[in-house]
Amino acid sequence: MSPQFEIQLIAVIVAVACSLPGVFLVLRKMSMMSDSITHTILLGIVLGFFLTHDLSSPFLIAGAALIGLATVWLTEILNRTKLLSEDASIGIVFPLLFSIAIILITKYAGSVHLDTDSVLLGELAFAPFNRMVVFGYDIGAKAIYSAMALLVVNLAFIITFFKELKVVTFDPVLSAVLGFTPALIHYGLMALVSLTTVGAFEAVGSVLVVAFMIGPPTTAYLLTDNLKRMLFLSALIGAVNGISGFYLAVLFDVSIAGSMAVMTGLIFLIVFVTAPNRGLLSSLRRRSRQKLEFSKKTLLFHLYNHEGSENEAQEAGIHTLGVHFHWDTAFTDKIVRYLLKEKYIMLDKDIIKLTEQGRSISNAEYNALFSD
Amino acid sequence: METIFYLLKDYTFQTVALGSAILGLLSGVLGSFAVLRKQSLLGDGVSHAALPGVVMAFVMTGSKNTEVLLLGALISGLMATLFIISIVKHSRIKFDSALALVMSVFFGLGLVLLTYVQKIPNSNQAGLKRFIFGQASTLLQRDVYFMAICGVILLALTLLFWKEFKLYIFDSEYAKSLGFPAHKLNLLLSFMIVMVIIIGLQTVGVILMSAMLIAPSVAARQWTNKLWIMVVLSALFGAISGIFGTMASSLTAKLPTGPAIVVIISCIVIISVLFAPGRGIVQKIAHRNNLKQLLKSEGGDRNVPTI
Repeated sequence: MSPQFEIQLIAVIVAVACSLPGVFLVLRKMSMMSDSITHTILLGIVLGFFLTHDLSSPFLIAGAALIGLATVWLTEILNRTKLLSEDASIGIVFPLLFSIAIILITKYAGSVHLDTDSVLLGELAFAPFNRMVVFGYDIGAKAIYSAMALLVVNLAFIITFFKELKVVTFDPVLSAVLGFTPALIHYGLMALVSLTTVGAFEAVGSVLVVAFMIGPPTTAYLLTDNLKRMLFLSALIGAVNGISGFYLAVLFDVSIAGSMAVMTGLIFLIVFVTAPNRGLLSSLRRRSRQKLEFSKKTLLFHLYNHEGSENEAQEAGIHTLGVHFHWDTAFTDKIVRYLLKEKYIMLDKDIIKLTEQGRSISNAEYNALFSD
Repeated sequence: METIFYLLKDYTFQTVALGSAILGLLSGVLGSFAVLRKQSLLGDGVSHAALPGVVMAFVMTGSKNTEVLLLGALISGLMATLFIISIVKHSRIKFDSALALVMSVFFGLGLVLLTYVQKIPNSNQAGLKRFIFGQASTLLQRDVYFMAICGVILLALTLLFWKEFKLYIFDSEYAKSLGFPAHKLNLLLSFMIVMVIIIGLQTVGVILMSAMLIAPSVAARQWTNKLWIMVVLSALFGAISGIFGTMASSLTAKLPTGPAIVVIISCIVIISVLFAPGRGIVQKIAHRNNLKQLLKSEGGDRNVPTI
């Protein structure tokens, strides 16, 4: 396998593995928890290092995952006091743990190569140098296997507990009533997030884990209302982000992980603008159409109300209409033109009158709105 | 005692402590608004999003002047904020997801630009990253002046729009119905918060800035229910932790300033949450125990089930 192919493979696996738990973070409005965990695992690594004095020890990973869970737990404790809001609890816990980590590093590990940069930033380009050798055979980069393990664990958890996760995510109270213990599922999910973050930061660096975890699910959230479809779409979008990011990086010879994050942003932007039903364009179009429909109805009701009244000339005059509705001239003209074209109104010496058709439509709509 | 006395007369210490105190004060004031609007993590997001701006400013001007880099940071921080606000406004995506997404994408863009700059021959880009990750000990007197000027402007704006902000953060719907331009107020407030964050980047760095924004106001919130007292207390807590953090870091070998400030302000938060009168946990527990005793004595031997 060529290094290029290996890098892409790692990127795709990591992206898919990250996006799966990310879906639940986004749906449960806990996206920033991933950011929090990516910072605090530094403390876990530092503490693990002090215990083992070995930078390649698996205890570092274990320590990091444990601190990730501890972060969630501490945040919950603060949150449960009801003295501060959830986002504030996150914002208190992780800077504190991160500061302690930095202080420990500068005070006691200054001479060791425990670079905060390498933890926070990460570089995918170096992943193929670290080989997995079994019985003397080189069977590919180590990161492929660790990422694969991560993906399998995530998939297994989500498939096994899909029903529980679904209930806990959308209706925690119902799930408690049904006896699902939301807390258990919650911590299971958080353990998964913590593990995924730790597993992924080696490859892509911790800040960009957030992009991988939150980007694809947020994009998919704009495209579907179905949880299963959202999981599939997130995985797909994650994979696309990974591969296209790699080629962007090769093209400009820049940071691979960085360009993957940039692609995540670009693809989100495209979907955000063009998504059917929920995209910016279609929502703007819908809003302007609704505004038009509403205004047409309002005008018809208005005319119906003042039909034959003594100040009809005032209320329904083509020149005074805008003042009554706080509409500007252009908008008034537009509405009147539309209604004329639909033959709901007619002009009688600068006074707008309902046609027979307009009267019946206005009446019908009034009944539809206000009768039971 | 003597060391502290000498320290207080030390010029570098004075500069750094003053800078940290100003930052603590400003972030205390504006952080209160961010925390009350439940947007306290904006600090974290914007400070990460400043990276591409810093690198772009360096690429375009070639200078590593503080003001130039800060301007770049400010622009990209504001852009990120605008993105977040419009994503939330125009779709069903929640604030936290939008924040996490925009922040990580901007940071990724910053990394891309940084690696791109590194390839340009003869470009002395070293130090850009340190700028983002902050180093209070490198604060110069002119940086402090700069902070002070920005601070005066921000405080003046806060006073000027006090009534509007107050109305907006507590009841934005009501503000809208009274005819206040809610969207513009939201933008103005966000811009002011971004300003503070960018000023703070240099002192405590990207990651710790969010603590500076949140912690003082959360601590202050426990002691009072009045906005103006909360803001004043929060400014006070911020300034105190700035000064004491700098002091601790000067007196102890190899203790970085930013993290020291954060640890001190976090301690203030913990003390406030535990001991604040009326809201504090200790008083709540004592109150509950009293109530239990009372119910027990009135209800005979029966064990009163906890509610």
